Amino acid sequence: MSDPGNEWPLWEIFVRSKQGLEHKHCGSLHAVDAQQALQMARDVYTRRQEGVSIWVVASAQITASLPDDKAEFFDPAGDKIYRHPTFYDIPDEVGHM
Amino acid sequence: MTAANSAPLDYLLHLADNALVLGQRNAQWCAHGPVLEEDIALANISLDLIGQARLLYQHAASVINNARKLAGEAFALPLEGAFAPRGNAAALTGGDATEDSLAYFRGPTEFRNFTLLELPHHASPAAASGTGRDYAITIVRNFLYSAFMQRLWDALQASTDSQLAAIATRSFKEARYHVRHSRDWLVRLGDGTDHSHARTQTAVNTLLPYTEEFWTVSDQEVAAIADGTAADPRTLRLSWDRDVDDALAEATLSRPGHDGFLPRGKHGLHSEHLTDLLADMQSLARQHPDATW
Repeated sequence: MSDPGNEWPLWEIFVRSKQGLEHKHCGSLHAVDAQQALQMARDVYTRRQEGVSIWVVASAQITASLPDDKAEFFDPAGDKIYRHPTFYDIPDEVGHM
Repeated sequence: MTAANSAPLDYLLHLADNALVLGQRNAQWCAHGPVLEEDIALANISLDLIGQARLLYQHAASVINNARKLAGEAFALPLEGAFAPRGNAAALTGGDATEDSLAYFRGPTEFRNFTLLELPHHASPAAASGTGRDYAITIVRNFLYSAFMQRLWDALQASTDSQLAAIATRSFKEARYHVRHSRDWLVRLGDGTDHSHARTQTAVNTLLPYTEEFWTVSDQEVAAIADGTAADPRTLRLSWDRDVDDALAEATLSRPGHDGFLPRGKHGLHSEHLTDLLADMQSLARQHPDATW
């Protein structure tokens, strides 16, 4: 493929597989603008009946956590198993939770 | 199904050949698309068209086979030679027509597609910069044809041939997307850089004259329009003209005048390009008629 693809901005694609479910991230693609990204997403990500709705978001608009921040962001949760609600007795009548 | 509620064979084959020939043409972009996303989009559109062709050929084949059964040995279609499965294909299918015998074992003069659809992806070899493909030609052709088919499929949903009406309902949705895709690119290319504008204008000037064939009707078609199996393309012309004028205006392109040229692909008189296209498409089936995937 030639250069123009590299010059077009990147878009993140979210597809809702059916009514009532949430949109899920399924990949990204290059497009000139949002409308074109939507159309391309239709061809690239929903050709096997994967969806009933598509969102596109400019990748540049997403603020992401940095891999370098992993230690302070995520590691502290590792030894706090009491945050999982596994220490409660669940009354039988509640059933499955 | 009786003969009374089937559209004429010639008409079904015309619709099927249109879809197959353009599907095959657009498939030539596969793995050569200008960008990955467009490569996939064009392959999708090709597969839509080939899917339409399959349904139409299956319907045409059942029309042929039913007519044969009714008439017994004495049966002869007006174009028997053209539609009889030949050689190994006939042996394989027990002599019945099938979608494959219609697609792979008819020659160029037996195809009924619009000439527009068989033309290569370039206005002239020199303009194609060595690749043989100019995206402006591809986009303009897809737009002119799908804008027409969107209207025609819409009208054919009311066909008294119920099988054709069902195919039209499905194809109408696909054609609407094909219009959306090609119109979007037509505007982007026309209203883009000086270079893309010039190439797109050349494509419009080259291809628009071929659309004159949309508005001609064969004798069989006139009869089919009268009995309600076919739709009259002449009634669609004003709305198609408006669709095209609107899109060209938005794309800052101008519409060339018409010089009276009238292609006759629908009547089996084709350009040399169809021969190349069919040779490419049919060679495998003809060399290995029993090949399976």
